[in-house]
Amino acid sequence: MKDTNAPPLLDLVGVHKSYSGAEGPVPVLRGVDLQLRAGETLALTGESGSGKSTLLHIAGALDLADSGQVRIAGHDITAMSDTQRAEVRRRDVAVVFQQFNLIPSLTVADNIAFQARLSGHVDAELVARLADRLGLAEQMRKYPEALSGGQQQRVAIARALAARPRLLLADEPTGNLDEDTAAEVLDQLVALVSDSGAALLVVTHSPAIAARMDQRLHLRQGHLE
Amino acid sequence: MKRACLAALMSHWRRNPLQLFAFLAGLALATGLWSGVQAINAEARASYDAAAQTLGEGQFDQIVPRSGDRIAQADYVALRRAGWMVSPVIEGRVDGVRVLGFDPLSSPAGFGVNNAADDIDLGAFLGPDQLFAAPETLPRLSLDIALTEAPGVAPGIAAGDVGVVQRVLDRRDLSRLLVLADQPLTRPPLDRIAPHLRLLPASQSADLGELTDSFHLNLTAFGLLSFAVGLFIVYSTIGLAFEQRRGVVRTLRALGVPLPRLIGIMVAEVLLLALVGAVLGVFLGYVLAALLLPDVAITLRGLYGAEVSGTLRFRPEWWGSGMAIAVLGAVSAAGARLWQIARMPLLASARPRAWAMTTGQAQRIQAAVAAMLLLAAGLFALLGSGLAAGFALLGCFLIGAALALPVLVRPVLTLAEGASRTPVSTWFWADTRQQLPGLSLALMALLLAISANVGVATMVSSFRLTFVAFLDQRLAPELYVQTADAAEAQGLETTMQAQGIPVLPLLRADARIADLPARLLGVRVGPTYRDNWVFLDASAGAWDRVADGAGAILNEQLARRAGLWVDDAIDVAPGVTLPVVAVVGDYGNPLGQVFVSEPLFRDLHPDASPRQFGLRTDDPAALRAVLETELGLAPSAITNQTALKAFSLQVFERTFTVTAALNVLTLAVAGFAMLMSLLTLADLRVPQLAPVWALGLTRRDIGQLELMRAGVFAALVCIVALPVGLALAWVLLAIINVEAFGWRLPMFLFPADYARLGLYAVLAALLAAAWPAWRLMRTPPSALLKVFANER
Repeated sequence: MKDTNAPPLLDLVGVHKSYSGAEGPVPVLRGVDLQLRAGETLALTGESGSGKSTLLHIAGALDLADSGQVRIAGHDITAMSDTQRAEVRRRDVAVVFQQFNLIPSLTVADNIAFQARLSGHVDAELVARLADRLGLAEQMRKYPEALSGGQQQRVAIARALAARPRLLLADEPTGNLDEDTAAEVLDQLVALVSDSGAALLVVTHSPAIAARMDQRLHLRQGHLE
Repeated sequence: MKRACLAALMSHWRRNPLQLFAFLAGLALATGLWSGVQAINAEARASYDAAAQTLGEGQFDQIVPRSGDRIAQADYVALRRAGWMVSPVIEGRVDGVRVLGFDPLSSPAGFGVNNAADDIDLGAFLGPDQLFAAPETLPRLSLDIALTEAPGVAPGIAAGDVGVVQRVLDRRDLSRLLVLADQPLTRPPLDRIAPHLRLLPASQSADLGELTDSFHLNLTAFGLLSFAVGLFIVYSTIGLAFEQRRGVVRTLRALGVPLPRLIGIMVAEVLLLALVGAVLGVFLGYVLAALLLPDVAITLRGLYGAEVSGTLRFRPEWWGSGMAIAVLGAVSAAGARLWQIARMPLLASARPRAWAMTTGQAQRIQAAVAAMLLLAAGLFALLGSGLAAGFALLGCFLIGAALALPVLVRPVLTLAEGASRTPVSTWFWADTRQQLPGLSLALMALLLAISANVGVATMVSSFRLTFVAFLDQRLAPELYVQTADAAEAQGLETTMQAQGIPVLPLLRADARIADLPARLLGVRVGPTYRDNWVFLDASAGAWDRVADGAGAILNEQLARRAGLWVDDAIDVAPGVTLPVVAVVGDYGNPLGQVFVSEPLFRDLHPDASPRQFGLRTDDPAALRAVLETELGLAPSAITNQTALKAFSLQVFERTFTVTAALNVLTLAVAGFAMLMSLLTLADLRVPQLAPVWALGLTRRDIGQLELMRAGVFAALVCIVALPVGLALAWVLLAIINVEAFGWRLPMFLFPADYARLGLYAVLAALLAAAWPAWRLMRTPPSALLKVFANER
């Protein structure tokens, strides 16, 4: 599945980002370079506040870098309008958020199919298969509030994969889960990504999760190591 | 994408039906009250137009008697022979219906039923004896004559050929003559042919629309007030719904929905819901108008003699305005929230902020706007003039007071918190203060409703006291007699004088005084007038000067309109100038009146003869028997003073039925706003209350404290509403009434009524809080524990 000669799906070159603080700008990313190709998996670790989530947001076209180049699936998103970036998010990227970010007023089934519907390519069979593999088949008519944290995380993963993204970003995908559930969810995530051929970037604190990825990078003082 | 996005947004309402209900009900109530009032106004105006069309009021020059209300048929013939192109009209009343007779062949186009009802065949009109009337008027007539349905004839009017109506009314004379537009150049002047007649230009005829404008403006103001109260519900519901969906909005954007499209979809969502609410509101308005219209019709007939159709029609002008105002109201309520969403960064916190927890800056802006509005109200009071300025003053004052409410209440709650001694009471006051922003819209609505109730109740009760005193002054004679003709009138006077019964003839003539349409009245000055009439202002020996023909008394309306007061001079007839010796309050009619002595009146109008008389007696029953047996007067021609007073009071009460109904509805809508705010806030309250529950308060304790909080809020609102309501009453009595009706009423205070209203308001608030409190008491511990499990 991995093609090392293929152009990177995610290509970050010299990315800088800082936030304004009480005593002036606080640099978070200082010239980050990163490439990720189809089928590759990457773990991004770092201390709290090291800028992992900021990097993930920039990689997911959710936020803009102050400087540097960000290309997703060949598109330079730094030169795009807000609407164009929204299209990239809809078409090429899916994000599994730490807090799940499900839509509370939609059923599990509707939540899973939602992003695929937005991009106009919903595959009912894929939705059913994902639900089945993630153990959600019995929960499809329920609302998120009726599910446990682990089940909600699985719905978020299913939603991301149902949209057939080329780049999957996960922010602490098992951060809210107990050890056994976390291991189970991670197994399913890796397997499903492998099947789909997408690239996966996982932000995590956990060495165990990082060990499951092809590559591991550590973010320290705004630089990748 | 659009469909998926809209479905996701709309699913919020499916999962929160109470919010949807609050939104639609709030909008429907607001629109219903507004469009109901507009429907009534539209129906009344259509009736005025129909009446003006049928009666030719304001459209044609007319010839009318200088005094009295009859023109001899010989005058008509003389004018025609002299070349005047005039057309005869006779009017009278049968069974309370205005019967109008005219000549369809000579009357000008546009008069009577000529163009109002194309469905009347001229042949039929001139054929066998028959009258034409609108379907709702026909049942009121019990005549032994053919009655034909003619929808084009104005309500309360029956029309027919002049000869037919003369027979129906048993008269041989006419009421007025219409002057056709085309007249021969050589016709002699009117004075030479009929000096006792005068030409009344079209523009000087009474215009019902103009006369009743103030009444409709009052209704419109009430409708607008109700709409504002209803809009508070919509505003708070939309605010809460948008706040609760911040997370969904962020998720949608993160999943790739562009912001402009998202905003567009949310606007479409609001428009869709607004349309549903508007349709419900227009339907509600129709029902409301249909229920209130009969009372309004009676009010207008009693106050102005204006006939209004009792049947409501679905007119585009009111349902269109209802739909438009509902949609505009909903969009404006949503506008601020949409603006916030448009400016919200994609990665902003999705956690709903404590709903409507206004920032310090927002509070300062609100206080500044309140201060500006109150200042504007003060400027309108000092510098403004006219009815529009009066209503602008009312609007600025009420909205300013409502916006100032949270600013006034917050320090009171802070003081109470500081003075509390126990931990629970300290928490209670602190928590009450924290709830203030979330409930402030509902509290403002309650303030408006209570203030309106205090203000209008004060005005109506002050009016009632003044009106009763006025009736006692004016209706002193124990019996009133209506005579059929001059001979009967003469017989009555002679008989009564022989029996030593004081007789008070009522002599009157329409006139133009101080360049205003007015009525000149001749009175027989005696003890009845001297003992009973109370003047607003008078010079010494006012009645003596009137009796000597050396002074005139003006009613307040004319005094204010003409700017004439005691010691000013007034021309009561060409070449006859008298000093104003007194001004008298007159709350029974909108017209200007001038009172002079009977001899002076007879000098000015030698042909006038009184038809109405007041009789003084200690034994009304015996005198009535004498009148019926000795003079052969019909029982219906004699009216007892007590019955007349009762009828007048009845008209008065009916006049304010609509006001009272709108008052109650406004208070009910405010109670509903409170209920909806508390219910929709209930979910957000759980995380605030769970820690207190965990620390040892029972759910029952918490529920009771919630009830007490609603009571405290209502009581505080009442305290602020009382001075606001009294100020409103002052504006109504001292500015609006003077501008609208021409009289100023004294203001009385009714503490017991205010206390009762305050009690109702607190009860309404407790009732509104009862359900949310009950739900809170029954919240399962598992739901409260979820707050600590970080799984909400």
